Amino acid sequence: MIKISSKNVDVFYGKKQALFNINLDIEENQVTALIGPSGCGKSTFLRCLNRMNDVIDICRVKGQIIINDFDINDKSCDVVRLREKIGMVFQKPNPFPKTIYENISYGPTIHGMAQSKNEMDEIVETSLKKAALWEEVQDRLHEPGTGLSGGQQQRLCIARAISVKPEVILMDEPCSALDPIATAQIEELIDELKKDHTIIIVTHSMAQAARVSQNTGFFHLGELIEHGSTDKIFKNPENKKTQDYITGRFG
Amino acid sequence: MNLILFTFIVLLGFTSYYFGRKKAYTIQYTKKRLTALPQFYGYYLAIWCAIPAFIIFSLWAIFEPTIVKLLILSDYSNQGYLDNELNLIYEKIKSLSRGQFTGEITPFIEASAKKYINLRSIAQSSKVVIVLSAIIASGAYAYKRISSNSRTREPVEKFLKAVLFTASLAAILTTVGIIFSLIFQTIDFFKVIPLFDFVFGTHWYPAKAFVRDSSEALDPSMYSDTFGAVPIFAGTFFIAFIAMCVAIPIGLMSGIYLAEYASIKVRQYAKPLIEILAGIPTVVYGFFAALTVGPFLKEIGNSMGLDVSAESALAAGGVMGIMIIPFISSLSDDVITSVPQSLRDGSYAMGATKSETIKKVIFPAALPGIVGSILLGVSRAIGETMIVVMASGLAANLTLNPLESTSTITAQIVVILIGDQAFGDPKTQAAFALGMSLFLVTLCLNIVALRVVKKYREKYE
Repeated sequence: MIKISSKNVDVFYGKKQALFNINLDIEENQVTALIGPSGCGKSTFLRCLNRMNDVIDICRVKGQIIINDFDINDKSCDVVRLREKIGMVFQKPNPFPKTIYENISYGPTIHGMAQSKNEMDEIVETSLKKAALWEEVQDRLHEPGTGLSGGQQQRLCIARAISVKPEVILMDEPCSALDPIATAQIEELIDELKKDHTIIIVTHSMAQAARVSQNTGFFHLGELIEHGSTDKIFKNPENKKTQDYITGRFG
Repeated sequence: MNLILFTFIVLLGFTSYYFGRKKAYTIQYTKKRLTALPQFYGYYLAIWCAIPAFIIFSLWAIFEPTIVKLLILSDYSNQGYLDNELNLIYEKIKSLSRGQFTGEITPFIEASAKKYINLRSIAQSSKVVIVLSAIIASGAYAYKRISSNSRTREPVEKFLKAVLFTASLAAILTTVGIIFSLIFQTIDFFKVIPLFDFVFGTHWYPAKAFVRDSSEALDPSMYSDTFGAVPIFAGTFFIAFIAMCVAIPIGLMSGIYLAEYASIKVRQYAKPLIEILAGIPTVVYGFFAALTVGPFLKEIGNSMGLDVSAESALAAGGVMGIMIIPFISSLSDDVITSVPQSLRDGSYAMGATKSETIKKVIFPAALPGIVGSILLGVSRAIGETMIVVMASGLAANLTLNPLESTSTITAQIVVILIGDQAFGDPKTQAAFALGMSLFLVTLCLNIVALRVVKKYREKYE
C-alpha cells in the first residue's frame, strides 16, 4: 500500500534548484532507502516529507506530497500535527541536554499525550524498549542523555522519535557517526520498527541500503534516476548511472 | 639623549635582523642545510643585539639618579642635617644646575651644583659607551655563533615565551599591588573604627569625621555612629536590583529575538545598534538620568500626588538598567546562537513550535551562559559610579522607597575622595574600606559567574 506519494516536487535554495520533478511512492510498513552521491538531494527530499525545510529561510518547495490523501504542502496543513505523525532521526545523535527520561517525554508532553505520571512512565518505558535501549538505561533514566555513548544516543533519539507513535520515521544517515557494532544494532532495530512504522532512510552505505531496505531510490544531481525494489536496483538496474554507482564506479 | 640612545638600540635591533637573515641565506647558498628558517637567524641576532643593551640601559636609568644623589650628598653627611633637609638641599642643587634657582645661594651649594653637572655628564657619556659596547659585544658573539648547525629556533621561541610571560606577569602584579594597597589602608581604618560598627552601623555620615581637627582625630569615640555602612550597602544593592529589573527582561528578550526570530537583515542592523548603547560613556547616561529621567519621574509622581525626589533611586537604577541591556542582550544572543542547530532541528522534528523549542530546549541549554551574562551585568551595576553620583543623590538614606534618594558604595567613595583630604584620616581610609568591600563583592560575583559558565559548558556536545 502506498503511504506517501510525491508528485512533481521541485526544491529551490534561493535561485539554485536542488531537486527536479521528483515522483516517488513510498510503501507502507516497508523500509525505503534513498541512495546517491553527496549533494544529490536525497537529504533535501527527506526533509520535504516532514516540512523540515521550512526552518531554512531561503528554501522553497513546489509540487505535491500526499500523505494519507492529504497534501502536506497545502496551506491548511498543520505542521505540528504533521511532525507528530512523521518523526525524524538525524545524522548526528542530537539528544537534548536533559535527562534520558525528559528526552523521551518531550514529544508526548508537547502533544499532550499523557494524562498522568504513570502514563508518561509507560510511554517512556515502551519507547525505550522498542528502541532496544531499556535494558541499558533503566537504572539511570534521570541522568543526562548526553552522557550515553554515541550508539546509545542515537537509539535514544530513535526512542524519542517513536515516543509520539509516528506513522512514518525519516532517518537521515542515522549510522554515519557510529561504529560498526552500534550500526548493526540500529539496523536490527530498523528491521524491528518497520512492523509498526513506515521507514525512509537516507544512507551513504550501499551495503546498508541492501541490508535494511525493501525499496530503493537512486538520486543523482537532484534527480530521481531510478527507483524500485532493492533487489532489482542492486542486481539488475535499468539505468547505466545506477549501475555505475552501485558498482562503485563513481560517488 | 636617552631618547636618541633608545631609538638607536631599536634601529640596531631591526638592522641586525637583516644581517642575521643575510648570513643565514649565505650559508644556505653554499648548499648547507639550515636548522631553522632564515628568519629565525635574524630574530636570534636582533634579540642578542638589542636585549642586553636594553637591559643595561634600563638598569642605568633606574640606578643613576640614586647613585648621583648619594655621591653629591656624601659631602653633606657630617654636617648634621636631617633627612628632609638633605632632600631640600638636593632639590636646590638640581634646580641650580638647570639654572632655574633664584633664591639665596651659598658657595658650597654652588660647588655641589657644578659637581652635579659634572657627574651627570660623566654618567651620560659612560652610559653611551657601555651600552654601545654591550651591543657590539653581544651582537658579535651572536653573529659568530650563526652557522649551519647552530640552534636558533629554540632560543627565539623561548624568548617569545618569556616576553608573553612578562606581559601577563605585569597584569597580575598590578592586581596584587592594588589589592595590597587596599588591604593595608583598610586595616588601618579598622584600627580606628570597629569592624562591627562598619558592617552593622546604620548611620553613614563621613563628613562629620572630617571637621574635627587632627589632634582629636584618633579618638575612636568621635566616630561612633559615623561609619555605619549598612545604608550604602543597602543603597548599592537596591539600585543594582532596580537596574537588573530593567535590564534582565529587556536584555534577555531582545537577545532571544535577535538570536531566534530576527531575519539576517534585521539582525545585521539591530545588533550593532543595541551595542552602541554599550559605547555611550556612563557620564552621558548620568546626565540623561539626572536631567531628563529624574525630573520626568518627579513630574509624573507629582501629577499622581506622590512625593518624588528629583534625585531618586528609581531614576538612577532605571538608567543604569538601560546601560546594562546591551551586555545582557549581546551576550545572551551569542550564547543562544551557539546552541547547536541540531538541537533545534531535533525539537522541531518532534512537532514543537518555535516558542516551545526556545522555552524547553534552547533556553535550558543556554542557561549557564545567560546566568553568566546576568552576573556580569550585576557586577557592572554594583561597580557603576557616574550615574549614581549624578542621579541618585549623595545622602546615604536607609530606605527601600525607590522614589527617595539613596547612595551607593561607589558614590560615597567619590564623595569622600573629592576635594580636601588627609592621608591617615579615617574619612579617607573609609574610602579604602568601601573599595575593599566592593572589590570583594564583585570578585565573588565574577567567581560564581565563571564557575557557573564552566560547570555547564560541556553539557551539550
